[in-house]
Amino acid sequence: MNNEPLLSLKGITKTFGSLVANDGIDLDLYKGEILALLGENGAGKTTLMNILFGHYVADKGVVEINGHALLPGSPKEALKEGLGMVHQHFTLADNMTVLDNIMLGTESLLSLSRKNTGAIEKIKNLTKQYEIDVNPHSLVKNLSVGQRQRVEILKALYRDVRILILDEPTAVLTPQESDHLFATLRLLVDEGLAIIFITHKLREVMAASDRCLVLRHGKNIYESKTSETSIDKLAQEMVGGELPRVERIPAVPGEVMLSLEEIGVTDSSGYHLLENISLTVNSREIVGIAGVSGNGQSQLADLISGLLKPSSGTFTLHGKQISNPTPLFMIKQGVGRIPEDRTSTGIVGDMSVLENMALESYWKDEFNRYGLIDFKALLEHTESLSKQFDVRSGGPNASARTMSGGNIQKLILARVLSENPSVIIANQPTWGLDVGATAFVHRQLIEASRNGAGVVLISEDLDELFGVVDTIQVMYQGTLSKPIDPAKTTASELGLAMSGHRDIEHSSLLREAVA
Amino acid sequence: MLQAVVPFSAALAALLCCSVLIIWAGASPFEAFALLVKGAVGSKFAISETLTRATPLIFTGLAAAVAFRAKLWNIGAEGQFYAGACMATWLGTGVVDLPAWLMVPFLFAAGAIAGGLLLLGPTLLKTKLAVDEVVTTLLLNFIVLLFVNWLVFGPWKDPMAMGWPQAEPVIDSALLGLIIPKTRLHWGLIIALFTSIAVWFLMRFTTWGYEIRSVGHNPKASGFAGIPVNKVVIRTALLSGGLAGFAGVSELCGLKGYLTLDLSPGFGYSGIVVAMLASLHPLGVILSSLFIAILSIGADSMSRSLNISNYIADVATSISLLAVLVSMLLTKYRIRWR
Repeated sequence: MNNEPLLSLKGITKTFGSLVANDGIDLDLYKGEILALLGENGAGKTTLMNILFGHYVADKGVVEINGHALLPGSPKEALKEGLGMVHQHFTLADNMTVLDNIMLGTESLLSLSRKNTGAIEKIKNLTKQYEIDVNPHSLVKNLSVGQRQRVEILKALYRDVRILILDEPTAVLTPQESDHLFATLRLLVDEGLAIIFITHKLREVMAASDRCLVLRHGKNIYESKTSETSIDKLAQEMVGGELPRVERIPAVPGEVMLSLEEIGVTDSSGYHLLENISLTVNSREIVGIAGVSGNGQSQLADLISGLLKPSSGTFTLHGKQISNPTPLFMIKQGVGRIPEDRTSTGIVGDMSVLENMALESYWKDEFNRYGLIDFKALLEHTESLSKQFDVRSGGPNASARTMSGGNIQKLILARVLSENPSVIIANQPTWGLDVGATAFVHRQLIEASRNGAGVVLISEDLDELFGVVDTIQVMYQGTLSKPIDPAKTTASELGLAMSGHRDIEHSSLLREAVA
Repeated sequence: MLQAVVPFSAALAALLCCSVLIIWAGASPFEAFALLVKGAVGSKFAISETLTRATPLIFTGLAAAVAFRAKLWNIGAEGQFYAGACMATWLGTGVVDLPAWLMVPFLFAAGAIAGGLLLLGPTLLKTKLAVDEVVTTLLLNFIVLLFVNWLVFGPWKDPMAMGWPQAEPVIDSALLGLIIPKTRLHWGLIIALFTSIAVWFLMRFTTWGYEIRSVGHNPKASGFAGIPVNKVVIRTALLSGGLAGFAGVSELCGLKGYLTLDLSPGFGYSGIVVAMLASLHPLGVILSSLFIAILSIGADSMSRSLNISNYIADVATSISLLAVLVSMLLTKYRIRWR
């Protein structure tokens, strides 16, 4: 490793109105190293990367690459200096080939022919050099998520990137695919690249990075060689104190609350969205649904929420069969639903906090008389729930979209849990939340289950599932596995199931055979 | 708070743009606007004319405001206006004879039903088949206008009208009396003001209003929370069409007394501008209809004194709408010159 850093951020400060997003941040990146940038939501990671990339201009401070200052506010300059970024949400055109996607934007509009052969050669060499298993002529829509991410990396490599930034790269990957990614990154830095990856997954920081930097409230407050620190220390620095502990005491399950037997759901073109789903949720039980998103979880959640009708199979709630569910029916039956996308499905952003709190109960007798809404009663209701569930906002009349993600989730939880539901379907409830808010959500769900509710928790985060649920079923391409005891399995076994290797009992044998 | 500035900045922008046109036409904007204001509110008669002009605009403005709140783009208020007027003509020219205190509410109710049912068609096409209601409601206006054309030249042509294409006048008990004698200001204004307050109350305090607003802002979240989105949209359509129908009945029974082809010089379309200038607020509609009415009446008077076409009023109205849209955009986004 050199003594001179390849990339150097000095004293970066950026304020948005009264919010100090970045406060005098210093960051050095050396050639040949992987730096992990950690921090909770709102810590300033994305703002910092946006400044680096030229999307924002810092109020104070300077970015230096290879010793000379980078022109601020110009993504073009950043690209010229060898900066490349792989975003969390891929920017690939599904209907085009890998080759076309990689070359998109690199050719002049005025050139008459496309310099394809040279490009193909270069890309083939890159794929060989970095052991990337993608055929340049395949259509992107036929690639797996992991492969698409590698195409994104190829895009950057094709543009001769020297500094690669990855934003939450493992958010959409199974454990196996994550390992593959880190192996690729290691190859890249061995060739002299420098990599920053932004994450909040501590396990990966320990496994894949050389150094790590923790941001909190816009300041870099902790920096260390990865070998000299631990997960607990990093978590503490991220939160700024003791980590909230969530206690899960296994409970004795009660009677059956919800039962899906061989449920199938087909859409209008005959495509099977869900196939042969069998799921039983008992009182005081938390059932976890694992799986990479896009395998039918949304449809399962929609089914239980009353948005989808089963095409076949039996759907039983409290012992009664349901054939024509609607959201209102499910609400009245005591099903509490926490949607996957809180800002687009959970709240009406342009309405006030009070109106949002009332979204599922404005028609109830205690808030409604002859079609007139009792806003005074709703105000009391909102205030008491906000206190009980620690919902912070600009007041009951503030617009809901001004709340932070964590507080929006707390509002939704308050709205759902205050009705004492007997069944709760929580779809990725802690996605995008910081450690504190995540612990809060887990505590609430566990307490609800202790009070008799049956909970279905859909999550991509295996750590979350292992920490909270009683039993796990893996979702893959519209089908659900049999219940698995979390105590008798591991993350890598579940990872295999998540990518389609169904037989978990045999997976350990498979591992031995392949090793 | 920025939202409250939008109507005023839009109106100001419109007037500034018109000043440029006035200068180009060879007159002084100050003189022009002075004459405009004098022509609109400079005498008791002028004020009565302005208020008379504002009355149908309040109704069509409310129609647009209610529909737009639910993101139901009702561009068909013009046709719904005539639907109301036709219904009032059909029932008010002698088929039914009731005392005035029954006749007037009866005709308003019938006109509202006609307007609501007219909008129901495009709305069902939207909810069931996702057909764009902007297109269907707009084109329906032309169909309705042609229908009225046929009626006044054909089966409903008044033989006593000396060849003019108009229908028979409504019976006496259907007429809305004058508030100020020797002017054209009729009781439709009072009905409009009460309607505006009623709509405000509905939107602010009732379940219907809450559901309309929720569905308009976020149909996905509303549906998820159990609100019957399609039912709410249909309900809104009936209400909006009904309000536009009110406008037709009011003009028919208050101003003209009989159905003609020029009963509405585009009130339905102006109602959209009125609603947008009022930021879709039912009480704000009263103020913005006055603004548009002042422009119309004042421009007539101004154009007689100066050699400027009274189309300047239409230009000002249209620019106001464009200015509102631009203002709304600028409150949400900032342009970066890079």
